[in-house]
Amino acid sequence: MPKLTVDGIEVEVPAGATILQACEAAGAEIPRFCYHERLSIAGNCRMCLVEMEKSPKPVASCAMPAADGQVISTTTPKVKKAREGVMEFLLINHPLDCPICDQGGECDLQDQSLAYGKGHTRYQENKRAVTEKYMGPLIKTVMTRCIHCTRCVRFAEEIAGVEDIGAIGRGENMQITSYLEAAVASELSGNVIDLCPVGALTSKPYAFSARSWELKRTSGIDVMDAVGTNITFHARGTQVMRVNPRINDDVNEEWASDVTRFAVDGLMKRRLDAPYVRRDGRLVKASWAEAFAAVRDGIKGDRVAGIVGDLCAVEDMVAFRDLLSGFGPLRIEARQDGAAIPATTRADYLFNSTLTGIETADVVLLIDCDPRHEAPLVNTRLRKAMRTRTPSKVFALGTPVDLTYPVEWLAGGELPQALFDAFAAAERPALIVGMGADFAQARKLAETLNLTRGEWNGWNVLHTAAARVGALDLGLTTDGGVAGILADAAKLDAVFLLGADEIDTIALADTFTVYIGTHGDHGVRHADVILPAAAYAEKPGTWVNLEGRVQRGNRAVFPPGEAREDWTIFRALSDVLGRTLPYNDFGALQARIAAEWPHLEVEGLTPGVAGTATASSDTAPLRIRDLGGARFYQSNPIARASDTMAECVRDIVNAAQPLLEAAE
Amino acid sequence: MLADKDRIFTNLYGFQPWNLDAARQRGDWEETAALMAPGPDALIDVVKASGLRGRGGAGFPTGMKWSFMPKAPNPERPSYLVINADESEPGSCKDREIIRHDPHKLIEGALIAGFAMRAVAAFIYIRGEYIREAETLFAAVREAYAAGLIGKNACGSGYDFDVVVHRGAGAYICGEETAMLESLEGKKGQPRLKPPFPAGVGLYGNPTTVNNVESIAVVPTILRRGAPWFAAIGRPKNEGTKLFQISGHVNTPCVVEEAMSVPFRELIDTHCGGIRGGWDNLLAVIPGGSSVPLVPAEQIIDCPMDFDALKDLKSGLGTAAIIVMDKSTDIVRAIARLSYFYKHESCGQCTPCREGTGWMWRVMERLVTGDAEPHEIDLLLEVTTEVEGHTICALGDAAAWPIQGLIRHFRPEVEARIARRKGFVQVPQMLEAAE
Repeated sequence: MPKLTVDGIEVEVPAGATILQACEAAGAEIPRFCYHERLSIAGNCRMCLVEMEKSPKPVASCAMPAADGQVISTTTPKVKKAREGVMEFLLINHPLDCPICDQGGECDLQDQSLAYGKGHTRYQENKRAVTEKYMGPLIKTVMTRCIHCTRCVRFAEEIAGVEDIGAIGRGENMQITSYLEAAVASELSGNVIDLCPVGALTSKPYAFSARSWELKRTSGIDVMDAVGTNITFHARGTQVMRVNPRINDDVNEEWASDVTRFAVDGLMKRRLDAPYVRRDGRLVKASWAEAFAAVRDGIKGDRVAGIVGDLCAVEDMVAFRDLLSGFGPLRIEARQDGAAIPATTRADYLFNSTLTGIETADVVLLIDCDPRHEAPLVNTRLRKAMRTRTPSKVFALGTPVDLTYPVEWLAGGELPQALFDAFAAAERPALIVGMGADFAQARKLAETLNLTRGEWNGWNVLHTAAARVGALDLGLTTDGGVAGILADAAKLDAVFLLGADEIDTIALADTFTVYIGTHGDHGVRHADVILPAAAYAEKPGTWVNLEGRVQRGNRAVFPPGEAREDWTIFRALSDVLGRTLPYNDFGALQARIAAEWPHLEVEGLTPGVAGTATASSDTAPLRIRDLGGARFYQSNPIARASDTMAECVRDIVNAAQPLLEAAE
Repeated sequence: MLADKDRIFTNLYGFQPWNLDAARQRGDWEETAALMAPGPDALIDVVKASGLRGRGGAGFPTGMKWSFMPKAPNPERPSYLVINADESEPGSCKDREIIRHDPHKLIEGALIAGFAMRAVAAFIYIRGEYIREAETLFAAVREAYAAGLIGKNACGSGYDFDVVVHRGAGAYICGEETAMLESLEGKKGQPRLKPPFPAGVGLYGNPTTVNNVESIAVVPTILRRGAPWFAAIGRPKNEGTKLFQISGHVNTPCVVEEAMSVPFRELIDTHCGGIRGGWDNLLAVIPGGSSVPLVPAEQIIDCPMDFDALKDLKSGLGTAAIIVMDKSTDIVRAIARLSYFYKHESCGQCTPCREGTGWMWRVMERLVTGDAEPHEIDLLLEVTTEVEGHTICALGDAAAWPIQGLIRHFRPEVEARIARRKGFVQVPQMLEAAE
């Protein structure tokens, strides 16, 4: 624990800390561009220079380890002059285009030149101009603005695990570019936009659409995968303009996948903005009263089933469950993909090692999953484990894919002895089971491998749907699963689809079907009544992520047109059906949830809470709709409605496929 | 003047072949195992006692540098010796002569130095443009391997030592020790942050010492003839012999081995046939390669050529690449050319050097023609101080110093050009002959 003095204040910092961290501990602000807590230290911007006693030159505080007895000054004229000098150098070739720069208002260079710069220029020569580089459909480049901090290069190499971004040339001709100017093939590429301290890398879909100071910021929870990325909606008027990640070290650190960040334009496309009723085979616009009447008249008996989609909030599902409990035996299924997730105890279906815990795993076996595309932020954790912990090893069963770190792919059949030896010797062994896996076998294997070490539980289910863990907590499973419901369709009086768009609805063609959801996607195809609901940005709600963490999001904008928040639809419909639900506001609904599922009342991770799930594991796996390489970009109705995601499929996924040439 | 018997590089001019047989006749590789017998620490003590200072420019005591290496290396993290033959400093050409004509001195030195610092291998990083020299070096290393002088049980000493020659690709910055390590590892040649220093974390993360070719090549002779012999040459703290490379406006430019601290006048008169046009025609001298500030004639003429004396003149010995300029030199133009060189060779990693070298060069170009405002001289000087000392490596300093030297000593000349250009001063018209 080195003790040092910063501006006359003595501080003690942990061993291995840098002078910059010591200065922050002492309350001294150190300007920086290249330094970033989650990336390696480059020390190249030279903005963080401070004066150290006995050192003739100022030292780069981001790179210099703190040591006992150092005396640091951050306010001396020498430091001020050094900062002014570096600031001047950064600005001499930086264009004066702030008024048309998307980074304006949230630009480190603007802020720091105001605080540490000279305020005028002495540079009389011509400024440098650099040609723009193509980096794909997500990242817009204005490379003349680049200050060569190399954060993007380090992010791509260290966190994303792709070597697509680099610097060519040297001296003042050094340029940041993607390799051969191809699209950056990373599922995390959007993060370089946040990392870029200037306007060199900005968001292409968001270009010139808003200024940062006119946006209303609302904290929310992402639903594009099951990680539950903490996000901020930036909204103007009725439109969410962009989504940025919020820092949460336990969940997403400060990253977000490209879908999380860019699928948001899907909220404005193909929206259901009014109720529809099917008349003479055609869907026609109706009023809420007409739609509710159609539902009331359409349900001829008590045999009613429900299927829950992947994006629903806990509150939606509880109100849905309460509504359908009024009919016959409760039959609601949430596992749209037919995954036979075991659900006898809550620990059976959680990612028990937790996201921060999986970083410390020393042996990992992946079964039928592709964390890079199913949960990119789980993959970054695994990559971190592989980079920082030695020895650590990842085995995998399934179709080989590039996970950005070395993986030993095992053929099916007999597992090698080396695997069993590695697990036996491991201190923190982990099994990660994907949705396509045979859970019964995986369970057996887990018992053989013995994954518990004291507090450590190495059984991890890699969910892909944001609503899934919450639904399992609520017990929304049935024997036979979705396949059973679809097989029984002809015998059912009504089927309710709550945002269920990943199933093949052809089986419901002759059954009375009510679709409650946000987009005109697969689920509405055979619906008889459509009730327009709110998407994740348009309602407050609770989501439970794959590790069982309870998180709450807020409403950023109102649902479009006639669309309403889901629970209010069920509350109103219950009136029409003559079985009024016992809550009149959101607070009462939450109280009703807390009463039955106390663990959903508090935000955060409450491991070991027994759920009420009772599903047997004998659901027949469905054919999962094969979207090819596009699965990552278009996994849900919002992403499928997004133009940006369609461009990603065209420019990143399809561009990677070799072109087939016609035979002559 | 250095006596012939005290010369280390006896084949500096290539009058004899460079190959192993000839080298052996000159005394190289003689009883090398016996030289190594006293053990690593004893060797380091001898080098310390000899007062040898690094010949690459900074003049850091070589023996002390070696003593920073781990005394008991971890077998999983073996130590390495990296020999810097990326001689790219404008004016420097001594390593070239050593490798061309006396490569076995270097290879023998590599073995002994490597043994002294308990390294398992030496990597010789040779400048990309040295094509013939690299061929010689490759051949010499092959000869040494074939003769059992290096490799397993080198020279019968029981010590295993490998020598690897690696060719650079023509970047000045790769002569910086940590950029050289990056380049050797196959990465872009950009200097690393220090700390950690290479002796702790160097090539491939292992303890490494980077030495200049000349520093390594003189070691076997020092051991053979003893530290007191070497230390007796030159002034205290600037001991030994040194290869001086004199270029520019002398009558016979040359590379010559001389005693340290030889006075400038003696050096030039003895070896270079004097200044072109006589001593009165001397304008200025850059005494240590392009990166040190120039010294005007009246200060340099009787100065001893060594580290400390030149430091007192606010310049430096550097690599002892002496660039002599007579009064026909456009001194501003000369320094502007150096500024262009540093602008061209900056790696682009840190801000002050990447942006500052270009700025300085552009202002210099205008000062050459006088197309500038008088206050821009001070502006330029301030820019040099904003670059100097604010960068990861010393290239920023090297770009700043020549300009500082110019303004320190030739400010009136620069100001006069601006004044002439502006027409403030009536320039005497050339008298034209009547037709």
